[in-house]
Amino acid sequence: MKTFKMGGVHPEENKISNDAAIEIMPVGKQMVVLMNQHLGAPATPVVQKGDKVKVGQLIGEAQAFMCANVHSPVSGTVLKIDTCKDAFGISKPAVYINVEGDEWMESIDRTPDIKRECTLEPKEIVAKLKEMGIVGLGGATFPAHIKYSIPEGKKAEYLIINAAECEPYLTSDYRVMMEHAEEICIGISILRRALGVPNAYVGIESNKPQAIKHMQETARQFEGIVIEPLKVKYPQGAEKQLINAITGRKVPSGKLPIDVGCVVSNIGTTFAVYEAIQKNKPLIENILTVTGKELPSQHNYKVRIGTTYNEIISHSIGQLPETTGKVISGGTMMGKAVVNLDAPTVKGNASVLVIGEKEARRAPETNCIRCGKCMHACPMGLEPYLFSALVRTGKTEEAKEHNILDCIECGCCFFSCPANKPLLDEIRLGKNRVRAMMAAKK
Amino acid sequence: MNLLNVSGSPHVHSDESTKQIMWRVNLALVPALLVAICFFGVNALLVSLVSVVSCVLFQWLIEKFILKQPTTIWDGSAIVTGLLLAFNVPATASMLWIVAIGALVAIGIGKMSFGGLGKNPFNPALVGRVFLLISFPVQMTTWPTVGKWFPTQLMTDANSGATPLGIIKEGVMNGQSISSLNLPSLSEIFLGHIGGSMGEISALAILIGAIYLLCKKIISWHIPVTFIGSAFIFSGILWLINPETYLDPLTTILTGGIMLGACFMATDMVTSPMAKSGQLIFGLGCGLLTIIIRNWGSYPEGVSFAILIMNSVTPLLNRWCKPKRFAC
Repeated sequence: MKTFKMGGVHPEENKISNDAAIEIMPVGKQMVVLMNQHLGAPATPVVQKGDKVKVGQLIGEAQAFMCANVHSPVSGTVLKIDTCKDAFGISKPAVYINVEGDEWMESIDRTPDIKRECTLEPKEIVAKLKEMGIVGLGGATFPAHIKYSIPEGKKAEYLIINAAECEPYLTSDYRVMMEHAEEICIGISILRRALGVPNAYVGIESNKPQAIKHMQETARQFEGIVIEPLKVKYPQGAEKQLINAITGRKVPSGKLPIDVGCVVSNIGTTFAVYEAIQKNKPLIENILTVTGKELPSQHNYKVRIGTTYNEIISHSIGQLPETTGKVISGGTMMGKAVVNLDAPTVKGNASVLVIGEKEARRAPETNCIRCGKCMHACPMGLEPYLFSALVRTGKTEEAKEHNILDCIECGCCFFSCPANKPLLDEIRLGKNRVRAMMAAKK
Repeated sequence: MNLLNVSGSPHVHSDESTKQIMWRVNLALVPALLVAICFFGVNALLVSLVSVVSCVLFQWLIEKFILKQPTTIWDGSAIVTGLLLAFNVPATASMLWIVAIGALVAIGIGKMSFGGLGKNPFNPALVGRVFLLISFPVQMTTWPTVGKWFPTQLMTDANSGATPLGIIKEGVMNGQSISSLNLPSLSEIFLGHIGGSMGEISALAILIGAIYLLCKKIISWHIPVTFIGSAFIFSGILWLINPETYLDPLTTILTGGIMLGACFMATDMVTSPMAKSGQLIFGLGCGLLTIIIRNWGSYPEGVSFAILIMNSVTPLLNRWCKPKRFAC
């Protein structure tokens, strides 16, 4: 079975919400739509206070290069244009909408019929992805229209679809594969057409045998879609590792996947691509897992983007258990701890993960015993213990020389450290210092 | 509602801890301890007890009264040092107080003076052992006779025993050929029915412990295999040149401290290199130095010195031997 070659760990999988079918989360009374839901500059609001908006209407326009359109997830009246604290406590420009009814844009095809034919030219596909505000849903929220505009002189040879879902707890990708396999395959075919590549490879970790089987059966009706079962090893779904596992190619330090002829897309994104291209539906919904060992029930939801964490929690489980220690957006390995439960969800949010008090607390740090486990776990072949020492002593230049910027922040080092040293915290600090140093030199 | 915890990712941790590693090493030392008790009797048990209790006590005292910091004795590392120190001395009654001095040197100078577990450049048990060897040469080379099965006489210092390496050193120095010397058979050597330091005699018991550590991924094969392998090959070359003055390679690796050193002391995480390539060089150096000291040094055994010398090279090896970077 295919896998990446170097490092990696195997955390407890905890896919306890696997069997919960996707439910529809009702819309709240007010919606806050952040203008900055993607990598890059915030979108510019194109509505004003008092404007009536429909579901799917453009409310934030991408004016910078690295930016994506934002659409209204609800219908109603624009209450104000202001800032709003996101889930991590950072203020961002936002459009507040009072929800009235559920009136969709006429252009959106809301019928359940599956539309298979796509005759658009690659350029038209990319333009439509931009129009519909599609971004990568694997975590980085990279604007799709930039990813699928291959720069001059570069050539895409492989389209790789990331369905590894190697993060513990998360099951949204799994549910989408089980429930929307055909739409996904159409989405993949569209992306193949946009790139002009002969084959697309869908990497799925082997702990999802049903998804592998279902996808294989569905993909048989399509041309050029190869399902690749992958070994269960974290971080199998990290971009560079996934490319290495499927093609054997290695993206060099500081380079992009396209430099080795690869384009990687998340499986959730392919579903969004299908809806955008075939159904004219902008990216206004997330598939989101609500899970945690201490929760009374496990769920997967289709949620309008902008629904707050508190609304999701109260609809799904009533309230957080007394023993809650942490709420995480994402999985336990790379997810971010939520600071503000009143914050709206944004594009790419994959979960509301609730962790118990005991698990949420870190064990006390002890001396490094130089066991080298961090080094052997690192999928990038770096020396986390060394970064820890260099960052603590302020040796930024040396940290850069030891390639601290190659770190993909997968967390394998901290996960495997028997001395509980906060290695990744220190590496993040070091990376910020190195970036600041490089910016100052320019 | 309680306040939520907020921290950077990852939000989970493997169940491994320093404490668990140390206790697993202790468990891995049990088979060798049992063999020592079987062949050397109550003395072996007493020497081990004194050594372990002194190591733990000294660590506690130093942390409480000199460093004034919370104690770390429960992480089990002082017990590892105590057991390994006991394993490196003869199981005789006079060792009971000497080993306590060794424990003070091992813990006080070898470990705590550098800042405790993880910061020591040299293996603490070996620091203690070498100190004792230099300070108490007579007691440290007075070997008890090996009993048939659990000798029960207490506190007797029989000095009629000798280690195979001691017999060879003396014989070769007196101009005798190795084939004319009265050495124990290979099976006796493998099971441990020979004279020597209490924990090193049985290659079998040591291998059982080492296999456990390998399975638990606490040690990797790199250091033991290169250590034993290079000792085997180097001594084999010498033996092929002249079998009358050089011991055959199989007996070489099964006698003395090579097995114990290669499996338990050279593999000490703190004092050995981290990268696999560094570990290969480290093991190679240990093996070569051991054979050099054994054959041309004034001591019959060289494992302790070889490991300590290589310990001193470890920081350099960590600097030179980098893991292979992704896409490089």
